[in-house]
Amino acid sequence: MILPLAVVPEFVDAFRYVFVGGESVTGGLQVGGPALIPYLVNHLVLSFVSVAVAVLIAVPLGLYLGHTRRAEFLAVNITNAGRAIPPLALIGFFIAYIGVGFDAFGLVLVLLAIPPILTSTYVATTQIEPDTVDAARGMGLTEGQILRRVEFPLGLPTTFSGIRIATVAVVATATIAPFASVDTLGVPILSPNVHGPAGQLGAAVLVAILTLVISAGLGAVQQAITPRGLKTVAPERRRGLFATLRRRTQTT
Amino acid sequence: MAENGFCPEWIVQNWDRYVDPFFQHVLLTVVSVVIGFAIAAVMAVVAHRRRRLNGPLVGLTEVLYTIPSPAAFLLLLPFTGFGTVSALIALTAYSLNAMLRSMVTGLAGVPEDIKDSARGMGLTERQLLWKVELPLALPEIFAGLRIASVTTVGLATLAFLAGAGGLGESIESQISFKSNVVVAGGLCVLLAVALDSLIRTLQKASTPWTRARLT
Repeated sequence: MILPLAVVPEFVDAFRYVFVGGESVTGGLQVGGPALIPYLVNHLVLSFVSVAVAVLIAVPLGLYLGHTRRAEFLAVNITNAGRAIPPLALIGFFIAYIGVGFDAFGLVLVLLAIPPILTSTYVATTQIEPDTVDAARGMGLTEGQILRRVEFPLGLPTTFSGIRIATVAVVATATIAPFASVDTLGVPILSPNVHGPAGQLGAAVLVAILTLVISAGLGAVQQAITPRGLKTVAPERRRGLFATLRRRTQTT
Repeated sequence: MAENGFCPEWIVQNWDRYVDPFFQHVLLTVVSVVIGFAIAAVMAVVAHRRRRLNGPLVGLTEVLYTIPSPAAFLLLLPFTGFGTVSALIALTAYSLNAMLRSMVTGLAGVPEDIKDSARGMGLTERQLLWKVELPLALPEIFAGLRIASVTTVGLATLAFLAGAGGLGESIESQISFKSNVVVAGGLCVLLAVALDSLIRTLQKASTPWTRARLT
């Protein structure tokens, strides 16, 4: 076992790569530092677009299936089935059969993001007290109004927990987008022969921090969008990073 | 047939090149899930005895689980070097979350009156854990084990970044060659499904009372 202190220089080099940058291993190319910004932007744009498309598909579908109690088996088990397909296998399959690029890889990320969002939306909708829905129906709300004004807001925290899980998975998987010729923060990780070990380690630290920040940020949003009526019955409310992360509801 | 096309003949002729990566993949998955299970079990018992530690322990595994796997495999390299050990540490860390969660849920779900009657019969806390709480939590524990195993098969596809080989290395080496991607990717899915069914069979064998309840 190496003394922990022995790794300090490697991390110093990694931080120098991230904040200052330097010449590439192959020479003649400026890597790291400001050159990482386009990668970061691309990473975030790719992730955001993919999650947005997945939300637009999975949330209405989940609400509809949940409201009508249809396709329960599919909606609940799609997350488990999706887990069995490794992202790298899916990416390889897409690259071999469809091709490389932003659209092809984005599609992989959309497919990756749909199952957790669909399952959480379905579960959120079916978990609402039947009495509440009956009361809304008794007050003369149409089925569409019940969906939009009762089931959607009451299920929103659970739905959002699925969106959060999907987002974290998408941001993580966007790291291997360079396999499909999409330049994200994974470039230094997957091309150490250009960016060097410092670039590899620096980008790894950056991606890890980025994911943790996004996860914590979405956790805060999840708290903020929880309707007041649901918050008051919450059994425990704690503060701190661990509690925020812990609140991520399990959807499976 | 196209150069990068799907070619059954090629698959038959080159089948043996997937044998080693497959067994590397099995080894990575099984070893990390087994070690992860042991660690998660200790954490779960600690969290069960000291309720205050429950949040921090689950939160810790949550943070570990949130770190993207390509980053995690590389973050360990300065500490443990390029090779299987780094990959196993990362995969073990990932497997903790699903199993700890399920163990905690399972133990917490044991009805209070059942525990009371066990205590009334004179069981010590240790006997209560082993003879009452643990068996009743088994279905949850197995559910977590299944999730962790299937997830680990997927995560292990990136273990080649830490130098541990596996089927991911096969996929990556010829990522635009259809035959290769189909075979290597297919083996990953098969492995995941096989492990899942194996654990489900074990679960049915070890919790016969859950079957009786259904009939």
